[in-house]
Amino acid sequence: MDILIYGTVNSVIFALVAVGFTLVYGVSRLPNFAHGALYVLVGFLTWSLVNDFKVFYPLAILISLGISALLGALIYRLILIRLRGLPTSEIIASFAVGLIILEGLRLQGIGGFKGFIGPFYVLPAFIDSKLRIAGVLIDAQRLILIGGGLCVVAALWLFTHYTKTGLSLRAIAQDEQAAMMLGIDSDRAAVISLSIGSALAGLAAVIILPLGNVTAEAGYRVLINALAVCIIGGLGSWAGAVLASFVLGFAMIISTALFGSVWESVVLVGAIILILIFRPSGLLGKQKELEERV
Amino acid sequence: MPNEQLTSRERRRERLDRGIKVRTEGLYALSSWKEMFYLLAPRIVLILGLLVAPFLLDMYWQRVLCAAGIYALLALSFDFLAAYVGLVCLGGSFFIGSGAYISGLLNAKMGWAPFLTIPIATVVGAIVSTLVLLPCLRLRGIYFAITSFMFPLLTVNVIIALNIFGGTEGISALATYPNPWVDQYLILSVVIVSLFTLRRLVNEDMGLILRSIKDNDQAVKASGISILSYKIKAVFIASLIGCFGGAYLSHLYGWVGISQFSLDFSILPIAATVMGGMGTLVGPVIGALILTPLSEALRGFGQLRVVLYCLILIGFIVYKPEGLMNYLQRKYHQFEHWEDV
Repeated sequence: MDILIYGTVNSVIFALVAVGFTLVYGVSRLPNFAHGALYVLVGFLTWSLVNDFKVFYPLAILISLGISALLGALIYRLILIRLRGLPTSEIIASFAVGLIILEGLRLQGIGGFKGFIGPFYVLPAFIDSKLRIAGVLIDAQRLILIGGGLCVVAALWLFTHYTKTGLSLRAIAQDEQAAMMLGIDSDRAAVISLSIGSALAGLAAVIILPLGNVTAEAGYRVLINALAVCIIGGLGSWAGAVLASFVLGFAMIISTALFGSVWESVVLVGAIILILIFRPSGLLGKQKELEERV
Repeated sequence: MPNEQLTSRERRRERLDRGIKVRTEGLYALSSWKEMFYLLAPRIVLILGLLVAPFLLDMYWQRVLCAAGIYALLALSFDFLAAYVGLVCLGGSFFIGSGAYISGLLNAKMGWAPFLTIPIATVVGAIVSTLVLLPCLRLRGIYFAITSFMFPLLTVNVIIALNIFGGTEGISALATYPNPWVDQYLILSVVIVSLFTLRRLVNEDMGLILRSIKDNDQAVKASGISILSYKIKAVFIASLIGCFGGAYLSHLYGWVGISQFSLDFSILPIAATVMGGMGTLVGPVIGALILTPLSEALRGFGQLRVVLYCLILIGFIVYKPEGLMNYLQRKYHQFEHWEDV
């Protein structure tokens, strides 16, 4: 029962982290390597707004999500737009942006800025209490996390299937040329997808981070987790990403329960290598198999 | 240039190749010693400059020169893989790490001398890196970049988790080199040799096949050439260079640890390559020789160094994507003048 509940929590964490990355890549074929950095940035921004500027907590979350979305749009407008179609440069540039954010957060001594180092940055939980479900003790934040994750996935599904913007994003994802002929602006779609993707990274941060403390190092781990989920699920495939998060989430919890927590990262590497050998397009990656990955 | 057409007097920049250049890259027609010298001068300046440098520097900057050599090797291997094979390897530190750990272990556990451990670590490390990257070699573009990016970070996790190879503390008290001259000339000669070997290699048949794998791998496949085996060879060559850097590093500092898998070793070579000019092979070396002292000068600022590389990187990639070397080469080999249209 422990495994079932904590496995679900872990899986939803994976899904939340990966969904933004998949969205951006699925729509505009841009690998946003700054994803993990935006995640951490939102964590610190929220903390800073709440503790330094005494902003009301939900408002602080909204502000930092807005900033993150804006940053996503700026990254595209200022940098990535000049590099479209050059995959090498896209990767390097977005990775560099991510590093600037992550390492910038750790800068010390410039303008009295102390740098976010050490385990002092903790976001408050939304509701601070513990419940007992089927004999397992679980805190409310983890339940909110499961609910939040489901809501995000459902909202995204509704957004891309029933709103005009969402439909245009899907059109661009399926066939850019045809979509452009129908008057959908590819750059606009990319800006929208990057800002939604960045906001989703931030959303994941504010939901997940109250479980532990905020550190800049987490950015790399988040990026790796998002990438692992996307590789295993098939890049750009949503159903694949959700499926892969459950596979990974449970695999990790089960291996932790059986062998101890040191094996977590080994499981991650093992899963990726197995997938790459046996199904290089990922669990549910369909098209593009021949073109891009072989 | 659309902007220049707006001005009243329309001009364009005319570029003419110098006479010694016949019709393609790397093919020259020489008719005098002067022309020969014109062609050789930059190469001689580079080689002599590297060889003389140790005499001009003091102890501290000699150390920096050694580090610059390691970064230059990594940048070379990154450039070779990215520009000639199309494999963007974001995990250059994996090469450094595996080379360093293997030579460190051989030295600490078996007590072998550096002149024995370095060659072994270079070859074994390259085999290990190639095997690790083998499953991802079927991937292209961003897929390869993503997976190669993960390996060094995950290896660190595994080392810490399993507490093998000295865990977080690493292995210290390794043998070092007998004197600083061995330090410097070892790395400098390897940099020069691998630079010119790679330059030769990419102009041979193998280089042609590698470049066509980058441009259109289906066509290469259709010609009956196994792309996987060529990619394996290319990765092996690149990791040989990288692993030598690692093995050398472990004996330079007499210590190996998880920081040898750190991002510094992945990101600085990339910045050096982009700055120097991708695909030139010389460019990355020069980029590394510029960036490493710069980052050394900024050591006091801690993380600012990484931020600075990234800013340089983005600046070059967005505003000067051809890089320093391509720019200089153009200036050196062509006459330029403005001409009315």
